[in-house]
Amino acid sequence: MSFVLIVGSGRVGSTVARNLLAAGHEVSVLDGDPISHERLDAGQDSTWEGAGGRFTIGQAIERDALVEAGIERADVFIASTNGDNTNLTIAQIAQKMFNVPRVMVRVMDPARAEWYSAQGLETICPTSYAVEMFERALEMPEAGA
Amino acid sequence: MYAVVIGGGKVGLNLTRELLAKGTEVTLIESRRDRYLRMDAELGFVVQYGDGTELWVLERAGIQRADLVVAVTGDDEDNILICQIARDKYQVERFISRVNNPRNRQYFELLDIRPAFSATDLILRLIEHEVPDYGLVHLLDLPDEQLEVIEIVVCEGCRAAGLEVQQLELPEGSIVISVLRDEGGFVPKADTVINAGDEVLVCLDPGLEPQVTALFEAAK
Repeated sequence: MSFVLIVGSGRVGSTVARNLLAAGHEVSVLDGDPISHERLDAGQDSTWEGAGGRFTIGQAIERDALVEAGIERADVFIASTNGDNTNLTIAQIAQKMFNVPRVMVRVMDPARAEWYSAQGLETICPTSYAVEMFERALEMPEAGA
Repeated sequence: MYAVVIGGGKVGLNLTRELLAKGTEVTLIESRRDRYLRMDAELGFVVQYGDGTELWVLERAGIQRADLVVAVTGDDEDNILICQIARDKYQVERFISRVNNPRNRQYFELLDIRPAFSATDLILRLIEHEVPDYGLVHLLDLPDEQLEVIEIVVCEGCRAAGLEVQQLELPEGSIVISVLRDEGGFVPKADTVINAGDEVLVCLDPGLEPQVTALFEAAK
């Protein structure tokens, strides 16, 4: 079981958070917008906290907020706010200031994702996946022919 | 010299105007369409429209041949990224960044983005420079090297006035590195006499400031 800190609880972050919690991990979520807490609760049998999750309202870049959300003992840090530059900055903070063993960062821009990946960050680029899916889908009839 | 400025707010725009007036080649990148159009009317091809944290936008502006990159957007994360990319991807040797929120300064330091300046610091420096009573200006702080350089006015009737540099009772860890006199500056010798009205630059270990300035302030 790992302690996972997820910063940015949009569609991606909140779903990953719920799935990790269901899989038995300890999960803490940090987001500046209280609506993201509702997203964690929506359609669930119990509230996020009732299910054992943690939630902190705060800005991703604020050191105090990161500490309150438990970054100092996180095994995994996931940066999934809707801003690439915020994600890339806080991922480096997690890596270099708090020595989190595993840091994953969502980067929408494929060019920056590729370059920062070469610099040693574990980047995930949804744009590249979408492009790949489209291309694969379009090629399918030919492949099957 | 070729400078790329990212962020066309008050700081970026005025800086660009100043650099152009000095004959520097400049490109200013602005991501907001309305601001871009307004500046385009004044500055023409100098301004480019786009997100200055995207690699292709930086490359279109010619960052590969930039001698200086200035990141002055209103967003600290953007400024950090721009400088990091300029330095590590495009080998730009000189860059300077704006810190919008002083609390984020620790992150600029963490990622070695230096120099980074904040308006708060600059205003403080201006006050030091403009208020004559203040007599002391911090020119340079090198916290890592444990060194500071300060500029001090030699007041009429102070202990230092009329003495040779070697006679100054400067504390261990401080040294006069320059004397500014009659619009000029020079490196003093041991027997150079310090006059009232001179300005001296003193290099010192942090913490010695009160002892050093006491020598140059008018006797009370």
